Amino acid sequence: MADYHDVVVVGGGGAGLRAAIAVAETNPALRVAVISKVYPMRSHTVSAEGGAAAVAAPDDTLDEHAYDTVSGSDWLCDQDAVEAFVAEAPRELLRLEHWGCPWSRQPDGKIAVRAFGGMKKKRTWFAADRTGFHLLHTLFQTALSYSDIVRYDEWYVTKILVDDGRAYGVVAIELATGRIETITANAVILCTGGCGRVFPFTTNANIKTGDGMALAYRAGAPLKDMEFVQYHPTGLPFTGILITEAARAEGGWLLNKDGYRYLQDYDLGTPTPEPVLRNMELGPRDRLSQAFVHEMEKGNTIDTPYGPIVNLDLRHLGAKLIDLKLPFVRELCSKYQNIDPVTELVPVRPVVHYMMGGVHTDIRGATPLEGLYAAGEVACVSINGANRLGSNSLPECLVFGNRAGRAAAVFAARYHREVPSSIVAQGRDEARRLAAELGRRVEGHQRIADIRTEMQATMENGAGIYRDGDSLTKAAHELAELRLRFRHAGIDDHSTNFNTELIAWLELGFMLDVAECIIDSAALREESRGAHQRTDFPARDDERFLAHSLVRRQPDGSSRVGYLPVTITRWPPGERIYGR
Amino acid sequence: MATEITLEVARYRPGVDSEPVMQSYQVPLREHWAILDGLTYVKDHLDGTLSFRWSCRMGICGSCGMTVNGEPQLSCATFLTDYAPGPIRVEPLHNFPVVRDLVVDIDDFMTKLPKVKPWVVREVQSPVEEGEYLQTPEELDEYQQFSMCINCMLCYSACPVYSLEPDFLGPAAIALAQRYNLDSRDEGADERRDVLSSPEGVWACTFVGECSAVCPKGVDPAGAIQRYKLTAATQSIKELLMPRISRRLNSRSQG
Repeated sequence: MADYHDVVVVGGGGAGLRAAIAVAETNPALRVAVISKVYPMRSHTVSAEGGAAAVAAPDDTLDEHAYDTVSGSDWLCDQDAVEAFVAEAPRELLRLEHWGCPWSRQPDGKIAVRAFGGMKKKRTWFAADRTGFHLLHTLFQTALSYSDIVRYDEWYVTKILVDDGRAYGVVAIELATGRIETITANAVILCTGGCGRVFPFTTNANIKTGDGMALAYRAGAPLKDMEFVQYHPTGLPFTGILITEAARAEGGWLLNKDGYRYLQDYDLGTPTPEPVLRNMELGPRDRLSQAFVHEMEKGNTIDTPYGPIVNLDLRHLGAKLIDLKLPFVRELCSKYQNIDPVTELVPVRPVVHYMMGGVHTDIRGATPLEGLYAAGEVACVSINGANRLGSNSLPECLVFGNRAGRAAAVFAARYHREVPSSIVAQGRDEARRLAAELGRRVEGHQRIADIRTEMQATMENGAGIYRDGDSLTKAAHELAELRLRFRHAGIDDHSTNFNTELIAWLELGFMLDVAECIIDSAALREESRGAHQRTDFPARDDERFLAHSLVRRQPDGSSRVGYLPVTITRWPPGERIYGR
Repeated sequence: MATEITLEVARYRPGVDSEPVMQSYQVPLREHWAILDGLTYVKDHLDGTLSFRWSCRMGICGSCGMTVNGEPQLSCATFLTDYAPGPIRVEPLHNFPVVRDLVVDIDDFMTKLPKVKPWVVREVQSPVEEGEYLQTPEELDEYQQFSMCINCMLCYSACPVYSLEPDFLGPAAIALAQRYNLDSRDEGADERRDVLSSPEGVWACTFVGECSAVCPKGVDPAGAIQRYKLTAATQSIKELLMPRISRRLNSRSQG
């Protein structure tokens, strides 16, 4: 018989663990479970480096954090969500402090804050440059103290069970044994993170394959603003490993091949020796990544075997500051690039980092599908609009993880622990499908990795930092072809024990869905806003597109894009001004 | 430089192999390629059935610990060129049951970890509205290195005590207990004491120090264990002499 929980959280990263704790605290009588395809402390939150934004300093205000976020989003965020977010972020970060997070401190013992891109005040809390790591381990270890939180470690969710417009649980496969289980619940919270792996060059971990987005989409929930893909301006050229924005916040410079701080040519202000907020290297990520492309077109970047690069100069910061504030940057440069940023330039190029879009939720984390909630990068509330500001994503995981957890707890408690018989039948069907896939032998089959590599190239060529109608149409055709080939992709591994090839195959299916949503949403947005830059429609068009895109799956498997108005409370659309 | 290098990889398929067998793969020998890049090359191009864990490929998630030429390593932070001309022998971490190929079962650690209460324990938790617990940079320094543990299990793989005494709490769990004992915000040292001072706790350690030598994050679990032994010994003597006062003192200053 199926396992039952009142609330099932899918994903054990920052948002998922925060949500699980919120459920346990809201209603200790509820049975809550966390299902994760990796042990929770391996989740990708672990890789976040620079920090978490929340108003802390006496000279800062919630309104200023809200305005920076709204203007950073190119006015595509929902301002009621942003107001709730900035108001609750300080409390969430303090809660993490009480739970033991080793935040960096001022000499008097108070929380220290640093500057960050697009932020007018210093409000980014940090734990050196391993903020995500410490935040995740603090949450994981704290969650261990809630002995009622049941964990399914290394279980992979393949389907959300839906009956009559309501989610009733999931089907998941245990990696170690291949056991397939129907896990029913009154509420499901998706916290599975982003989908950077649909692109070839990304900061994202191997596990970031858009599972939750595709699960929700297939279950009938719409995805919102999927065309907005954030390129972080500074990734290491071969690996795509992130060099944190904190490197620039602490005073690092971006230099072209002539050693020139080229951002001054792109309406981002004038260079000063000391970092200035919302200026030059502390501009927003979309604008910095776009400036790189222009420098490349002018021939001002440096060619390397791993593509064109510019240099990040940290040398003037000195070994002492680097070791205190950016020790991980030094470790990563040394290990993966064989350079020491204390004495050498760091080669960097823009790298896919974050999805602004995701599963459409309201301000409580609820999706339009009853019983289904989402929080963190998998979700789109939206506080990030067309461009997320650095250090807003970690507090987003906490604020909306908490909100989704509380809302799901209230929802789940309203119902008896009964599931319709059709759910049990669906679970059995899904188990049969998975067993059949595992045993399927295809003659002359397509390799999973080949299809994946081609999909990634298609996405980069079609929907990179700059797109146009032609590139997107071509990408849509290529994806359709890849989808046909995917049907002939075979699995060589027929074992039930830790079958990572089966998982890779399921992940690729999810990624193809997500890729299609990105391309279709981007094709219909005929304007340029934030991270979505159309060379054929270079201007922002508030008349037509001050609206969220919503992509829904049709019964025949195709996608259909609609729009939803943006919520404006106090900040009417204006010009994004940086450096002046 | 040769253009290829041989990976000799331990394969174990439950139900198929009665014991692990070695299988050789030729992979490109390229600058910047980690052992992990070699393994993903095998998976993508040569043999889809090879199983191993990996995720962040930047040495922070702790997934990809393996035994490389006999030493426990993070395969994402260990490079092919350092082993040229090869061959490179890649096996699962020692001291753990093997689930499949390079994947080991770490349930034992996951069961032991909560026993040391790796979370902040306080008699009274102040409301967050009252602001942060103050903690100076010096107080942060007291425990910071022990908070760097990524749970990668290399220390358990290297620990000769753990290989003989499976009940031993082990280096990472003890280091994480000390991470909280030494945190100025924590008052839980008393509650961790019975577990840490038990025969399966610090006293099982014979101070070989392999754990600290293999730690990829510079944590010094051996140091944590030695320091706790001293604390525990001092505490026992105090308690013999003045049983009531010492309990109270103990909850304030531990480490």
